[in-house]
Amino acid sequence: MARDSQAALVALNRFGFGARGGASGDFVNAASDPRGFVKSELNRANAALLEMPGLSSTPSLGKALFDYQFEIQQARDAVAKSAATEAPSTEPKAQRRNPSLSSIAKDMTATEPMAQPADGNNANPAMARSEAMQPNPLKPPPQSANVIQKTFRGEALARIQRATFAECGFVERLVVFWSNHFCISANKGGLARIWAGAFEREAIRPHVLGRFADMLKAVEQHPAMLFFLDNQQSLGPDSRAGINRNRGLNENLAREIMELHTLGVGGGYTQDDVTSLARVLTGWTFAGRQGQLGPPGTFVFNANAHQPGAQRVMGKVYEPNGVAQGEAVLADIARHPSTAKFIATKFARHFVADHPPPALVARLQDVFGRTDGDLKALAIALVDSSEAWGAPLTKMRSPYEFLIASGRLLGRNPEDPSRYLGGLNALGQPLWSPAGPNGFPDTSAAWAAPEGMKLRLDISAQIASRLGDGVDPRELLELVAADAASLDTRRSVERAESRQQALALLLMSPEFQRR
Amino acid sequence: MQCRESLLLQATSRRSLLLGSAAFAAWAYVPKFARAADGRDPRIVVVILRGALDGLATVAPIGDPDYAGLHGSIALRPDGPNAAVMLDSFFGLHPAMPEFARMYRAKQAAVIHAVATSYRERSHFDGQDVLESGFAGPGRVQSGWLNRALEALPRGERVTRALAVGPTTPLVLRGAAPTVGWAPVALPQADDDTAMRLLELYQHRDPALASALTQGLQLEKVAKGDEMKPKAGTNGISAMRLVARGAAKLMAADDGPRIGALAFDGWDTHAKEGGPVGRLAQLLGGLDGALAEFESGLGERWRDTVIVVATEFGRTARINGTEGTDHGTGTIALLAGGAVKGGRVISDWPGLKPANLYQGRDLAPTTDLRAVMKGVLRDRFGLADRVLAESVFPDSRAAKPMQGLIS
Repeated sequence: MARDSQAALVALNRFGFGARGGASGDFVNAASDPRGFVKSELNRANAALLEMPGLSSTPSLGKALFDYQFEIQQARDAVAKSAATEAPSTEPKAQRRNPSLSSIAKDMTATEPMAQPADGNNANPAMARSEAMQPNPLKPPPQSANVIQKTFRGEALARIQRATFAECGFVERLVVFWSNHFCISANKGGLARIWAGAFEREAIRPHVLGRFADMLKAVEQHPAMLFFLDNQQSLGPDSRAGINRNRGLNENLAREIMELHTLGVGGGYTQDDVTSLARVLTGWTFAGRQGQLGPPGTFVFNANAHQPGAQRVMGKVYEPNGVAQGEAVLADIARHPSTAKFIATKFARHFVADHPPPALVARLQDVFGRTDGDLKALAIALVDSSEAWGAPLTKMRSPYEFLIASGRLLGRNPEDPSRYLGGLNALGQPLWSPAGPNGFPDTSAAWAAPEGMKLRLDISAQIASRLGDGVDPRELLELVAADAASLDTRRSVERAESRQQALALLLMSPEFQRR
Repeated sequence: MQCRESLLLQATSRRSLLLGSAAFAAWAYVPKFARAADGRDPRIVVVILRGALDGLATVAPIGDPDYAGLHGSIALRPDGPNAAVMLDSFFGLHPAMPEFARMYRAKQAAVIHAVATSYRERSHFDGQDVLESGFAGPGRVQSGWLNRALEALPRGERVTRALAVGPTTPLVLRGAAPTVGWAPVALPQADDDTAMRLLELYQHRDPALASALTQGLQLEKVAKGDEMKPKAGTNGISAMRLVARGAAKLMAADDGPRIGALAFDGWDTHAKEGGPVGRLAQLLGGLDGALAEFESGLGERWRDTVIVVATEFGRTARINGTEGTDHGTGTIALLAGGAVKGGRVISDWPGLKPANLYQGRDLAPTTDLRAVMKGVLRDRFGLADRVLAESVFPDSRAAKPMQGLIS
């Protein structure tokens, strides 16, 4: 059986989440058939889907949040009332069972969330600040206090477990790539946080090996994205709602679709195109708590908010056709040559090199265009390319890849997401919470920054101090790199003064950090 | 005090990151015979120094005519600035250990020199396995000798202090007998030695990462200067004191643990080991401080206490080309505590002439470390020779328990 250790490193680390520990045989399998090892996951039916008991749909999560927020509002009103009348306060539970109509909250589709419960494990200062700015005199009722955080942690755990146990992890790496490409941020508010996992499961995963145009449509019609990029606030200036409320467009979603999701900067669109697309997308929203437009938490087209009339986008006129007008624009943008180029470049940059080989990008662009955005074909083209296997392993593992790879190597069954979430926060990649709609950076420089390297070392030492006792780092090095390990790394591990130190050095070695 | 587990769960900001390079683990039960009333309430602490302590630099055979030449620029001297503290006419104690020197004078501390486990290779991991497992050879990592000794003890009340199950129980205390653990909150981040080793690896393999890590470490220093009161010495040293302080407090309590173990990292001094001052001096100062913390924290229980300090093997008698020492064989073990029959350096000194060195390079071991441990366990807990030779230290019949270590 042929054995190519260098190719095994590529298969496991560049495409996957790293070798699993124990008797997985991952390195040997990857070395004997590197391409086959990577591609085998692609052929499993529904390989990217993540369905588990306990994971709820976007509408039911929306309802849970609406109920929760409503309850808080009720409790607040009760306190205000009792403060006014000096009467003893009423028990919040009774309030929930017997809501007073006068205090029913406004339809959530047009307003910011009323309350964001404190997220105990989120160290994001921006989040903390925004919470601090919303004075909350009441502790939320304990029963539902952590419905947002509980959901977020459950979603995180499901994702972490899937990545930890995956064979190669290529499909999960694709999920992470596309999820970051079409990112939302959980820090936007309670809805974004409670929906972050569901968004990925519902809009990203079904299409990771499907068609780009389908993913694009699923993403832009998902309540989480509409909330994240404010489209529920965007009203056609000449629509009934726009005239009544004297309000108009919010271009946020339209701009990010063109700039970040499809064509890319310099992709041939103008400001007028952005504005036109924003008009086209007016009315794309989600039903609120009261369900006036549909079941709460579902995507709805609100004709009342939609800008009437035909729109010209990138030289083509789209006749008024309700929600189909926007869907038509998205379908066209999805197969625009600029989109093919933008996606091909980003795809190659993520997996292969910060400055990917132009020939590879050109080939991926061609495949994307020729197959009408078949993302499975795109992934196969990448794995089949010679560049992906020949380019030196210069990319840094992202913090997520690093933590998952560590867990896989050490055979940890992640039962509690806290350590992962804490580590991701510390390393600057808080789960589903990038700083902007452009997602987390994807270059080595971003993840090999001085502060980050020192923190990675601290975290490696921490992992090692916790788990280093029970492992033989020399054996782990064989699982990680076998004879592809450099002599220097081998020496560092063998000469370390303790198992803990050896494991920390192994986790920090170029073989484990680079891909 | 907070248990480690919950701390690690909260690793959300850089300041709360911590490294468990020093943690305390203990038997979850009080021995049945422990009765403070009639003064029979013994306590034992085992301190493992991981990385191989240079015994010749810690308790220097200054009277040996070959010592100064072998240890060269880092050799201790009997006079002048930073002179060694002479323990007798032959051995001088490192000047960074004034507390141990005081205990020694008070006959509450002793040194066993030219000691080694049964392990004769030079791998840290395997050496630590042998030291802590109590088996004659490496590869047996299911249980440690201290744990197996506990299994032979009659079990009394459960330790009631709020101690968590420690995720980093040292091997010496791992096994069937249940253990509890604790680590302090303010433990430092990755230690300097690990950082320097990684930096060296990066310098050889990955210059970009080397540059980033260098800058990161400098940032860290600046940040520490801004935000934390600088403590004497390095991170690892304050950690040793912190852990010892907490462990002593726990062990002093009537319902606290009686038998515990600590492990301190960082003793692998291949380069720039330093003589009377320097890297090893700092580490020894930390160890010295930890022993003092035990003394003060245990209060009147100190008189019932024996602390055994041991390391996996020694270091080369001759210094290497980088003013350090490489992996060797014979080294020292230290005993401290009110129950120790101290004021003695116990040694069958082999001498440092080239012909006397083990494989021409190391201090030759003349005492089996297991004999020391067995002597302490027998005199403290009344464990039978047969139990010690069969289940606690299997196949150690030849290493007879050392007599008279306990007063």
